[in-house]
Amino acid sequence: MSQALWYASRATGLVSLLLVTATTVLGLLGASRVATASWPRFVVAGLHRNLSLLTVAFLAVHISTAVIDPYAGIKWLDAVLPFTSSYQPIWLGLGAVALDLMIAITVTSLLRTRMSHRAWRIVHLTSYALWPIVVIHGLGNGGTDRHQAWILALYALCFLAVAAAGLLRLRATHPDTELRNVNVARWR
Amino acid sequence: MTRGPRWTLKVDPIRCQAHGLCAELLPEVVDLDEWGYPLLPGEVPPLLLSEARAAAAGCPTLALRLVHTD
Ligand code: SF4
Repeated sequence: MSQALWYASRATGLVSLLLVTATTVLGLLGASRVATASWPRFVVAGLHRNLSLLTVAFLAVHISTAVIDPYAGIKWLDAVLPFTSSYQPIWLGLGAVALDLMIAITVTSLLRTRMSHRAWRIVHLTSYALWPIVVIHGLGNGGTDRHQAWILALYALCFLAVAAAGLLRLRATHPDTELRNVNVARWR
Repeated sequence: MTRGPRWTLKVDPIRCQAHGLCAELLPEVVDLDEWGYPLLPGEVPPLLLSEARAAAAGCPTLALRLVHTD
């Protein structure tokens, strides 16, 4: 039984990594205004939203199985209070930071139409920190998994996907964005 | 003929960054100008109210609002 819980936690952790990566990539694509006839903007935005909610579901299983499993002695509080656990305080702590960020990002996004857009945006920008934190949490924690080639390949794939989407985001331009960045003082 | 409340879509021209999601979500009502900014009609037909709500909620910059006009 205990073994099963541990495996379930590792597996759902890996799926969560894939989902966070996909959500991040879709967010970057949306912000880069990427769209085609078969993938219009609202499809990218809808997938971004739905995958993020799916991530929350997988995370719930990932965390509860890790806590319920008596082996590592992880407490519920360790999941939200960073760096307090006795087992792998650093790597688990980063997981707690990621969870806290994720909760903030999810709650503000669910309330987006009812709150200040500026506040939503500031919170949402922290998702740029979320992905690397998740990756370090996973790589640091998954002691045994880390030595398996296919898992490392999975991480590499995630990295390439986010890097490609990130580059696209950096290079994306739009007349509206450029107009907003015009330095008015230069014309005075 | 019965007349319920009337609704119109309003755009905040400073907030709108020409993302064009509104026109994708509500093509019956929203046209985009040649720079990608929405051209809005007066009234939203009652049948399209829920789509109009979705378009307002889907606007990435929350520039679009569905307002009551009686
Ligand atoms: S979705 Fe919002 S930002 Fe995009 S064009 Fe419509 S009103 Fe403007």
